[in-house]
Amino acid sequence: MSHAMQAASQDSGKISFLRDQRKRRIVGDILSHLLLAALAVVWVIPIVWVVLESFNKNTGPYNETFFPTEYTLDNYVQLFTDKHVLDFPAMFMRTLLIAVVVCVINVFFVLCVAFCMSRLRFRFRKTFMNVVLVMGMFPGIMSVVAIYFILKAMGLTQGIGVTIALILVYSAGAGAGFYVMKGYMDTIPMSLDEAAYLDGCTRWQVFTKITIPVCKPMLVYQALTAFLGPWLDFVMAKAICRTQDNYTVALGLYQMLTREYLNDWFARFAAAAVVISIPIAILFIVMQKYYQESMSGAVKG
Amino acid sequence: MEATTGARPVRRGLLRRKADYIPPSRYTLRAALTDGDAFTRLSFLILGAGNIARKQILKGLLFLAVEIAYIAFMATSGAENLAMIPSLGWREQTAEKIDGYWHYTPGDNSVIVLLYGVATIFITLLFVVFWAYAVRSAYKAQLLAAETGSAPDFIQDWRNITDREAQVSLMALPVLGILIFSILPTLFMMCMAFTNYDSDHVLLFDWVGLENFGQLFSADGAVNASLFGEVLAWTLVWAFFATFLNFFLGLFLAMVINRPTTRLKGFWRAVFSLSIAVPQFVSLLVINQMLQPEGAINRLLMSWGWIDEALPFFTDATWARVTVIVVNLWIGIPFTIMQITGILQNIPAEQYEAARIDGANWWQTFTRITMPYLVFVLTPYLITTFTGNVNNFNVIYLLSNGNPTPVGATAGKTDLLITWLYKLTVDKGDYNLGAVIGIFTFITLAIVSLITYRSSASYKDEGGFR
Repeated sequence: MSHAMQAASQDSGKISFLRDQRKRRIVGDILSHLLLAALAVVWVIPIVWVVLESFNKNTGPYNETFFPTEYTLDNYVQLFTDKHVLDFPAMFMRTLLIAVVVCVINVFFVLCVAFCMSRLRFRFRKTFMNVVLVMGMFPGIMSVVAIYFILKAMGLTQGIGVTIALILVYSAGAGAGFYVMKGYMDTIPMSLDEAAYLDGCTRWQVFTKITIPVCKPMLVYQALTAFLGPWLDFVMAKAICRTQDNYTVALGLYQMLTREYLNDWFARFAAAAVVISIPIAILFIVMQKYYQESMSGAVKG
Repeated sequence: MEATTGARPVRRGLLRRKADYIPPSRYTLRAALTDGDAFTRLSFLILGAGNIARKQILKGLLFLAVEIAYIAFMATSGAENLAMIPSLGWREQTAEKIDGYWHYTPGDNSVIVLLYGVATIFITLLFVVFWAYAVRSAYKAQLLAAETGSAPDFIQDWRNITDREAQVSLMALPVLGILIFSILPTLFMMCMAFTNYDSDHVLLFDWVGLENFGQLFSADGAVNASLFGEVLAWTLVWAFFATFLNFFLGLFLAMVINRPTTRLKGFWRAVFSLSIAVPQFVSLLVINQMLQPEGAINRLLMSWGWIDEALPFFTDATWARVTVIVVNLWIGIPFTIMQITGILQNIPAEQYEAARIDGANWWQTFTRITMPYLVFVLTPYLITTFTGNVNNFNVIYLLSNGNPTPVGATAGKTDLLITWLYKLTVDKGDYNLGAVIGIFTFITLAIVSLITYRSSASYKDEGGFR
């Protein structure tokens, strides 16, 4: 009897322990999924709101209800056809052109500097890295005014010159952003380079035939950030494009929300926001694999 | 580049240390002066003379051309630019009536005078560096000609800068870009801090020494010590919360998603990355619209009957400050999740295994294994994020625009140093005060990053990171 009871209690103790473990896990699962779902809603709502707003028949910003009640495609049609106030298609093409050129120059500059900093040893290497580090601590906005005057002295503040000026401004300083790429290159074994040198490669050949291909994941990340720079920049563009004929999309969208445009343009602003977000979203989805790989690779050591 | 065998880590360490040491060059200016022959010494005055004498004709002519160009530049405009710097110009614009028409004679523009002056000093410094390089090159040609019979010709030099001296060809353009578009403008703006270039002195202004710094620490005026202290304090508080709340909440979310029993991991990550895909200025402007008194959020809450009057998102100082920090979470956490997910997967699994066998609970493994690893790897990232947040213009300018701003004040309750600087320069035209604030922003950042970086493990033990 006592023996049996002991066994039973032992048994039940075991089961309740197991149950406890499972219960805890189930409770944890439910809680974490609830939390994730709640936060996901918070994350998605502003985006859903913009998308729905872009189809809103009422063009003003303040509506009676949270979500629009009547939907139409007019905002998108007007965005691309109504050019007499704000020429969105031209802005879009201009920004795209700037972004592509900047992307190419930026990636090339960053690769060059990162290669020199990571793989070569020469006088002024440390000096250069320190200077860049210190310059990075100066607020960039401080130099916006000065850059405008420099561009003016170069005669690049009018007409087509503005586009060239923007390309110059976004890509010229790119070499200073070499740190992440250098960190990645530091993880490539030196023996790879040494083998190539033994085979008679020059430094340029090692750079173009070994380092660049190995850096591909990081290169994708760099290209992405470089491409997004001109799309997202607002301050520099505002200082350089003084007239509306040279606006980039960021400036155009900001313009749509100023007091005089707001009531007629808010829905079109939402449509424009959706239009410029789509290419970026696609880029991100396609490159997310590379992106995560590279981000983890850069710090793996 | 020797291919020695042996234990790899040791060899690598040795190679690194050896490669980092660069022996002093024997082609120094002093040696060129004492040991150089007549042609080399002539090169001190006429660049390229020594090179031409060693049959490096093209190179010598290039050096000479640069010297002539520099002298021509100084003679035509450089000298005048330099002469104007002390006064920054004095001629005012004049208008005369000739034959019934107004003829304007443009006066000096101090901004242009200052810019050209700074650029001239810049060019002169570059020329001095170039001059030293040319002289040393002449001496090098002399020594090489004596040792090997002939100095390297142009083709050999070309090969050299694409191979052994590859940094020259690789870095030339990027460095030029950095010089013109980041160092020159910064120096130029620093000069502004010592002038009276404000809304009252638009065309002509003068050097005023440290007066603007005095203004910043004075008790009264639109820019004063108490306002500066307030903005600085808020900037640091903001940067602290924006950096660490993002880090810890992002870490928490990343770990929740990474739990072994969490389903749809990829889906959750994708949902949280959605906000990255929307350009920041768009999402910030949209959220700004949504949080207006008449905006969508207030409408929604009112229609549900939760509130009777609009919530003061940007009209009450505390509300506004909390709002910008919370909205910044919406923007920043996805980046943290991305970053941390990769790193969490890199922590060696054996460590957790060992800890579990030793009977460590979840909290112990977290504080003893996960956190130290993350902090070690992420310290540089955290410092850059902190620096980035001190200079986070977009979030403040597009979201709250510094509001609420007390009547007559130059900075609002949510203005950071950087947005204050922008308002002072772009909106008010007080470039001098903006420049002073810029310099103080720099000092703040330099101190913070120096202290944190120096005391961090990844600085002390850089080798362990590689």
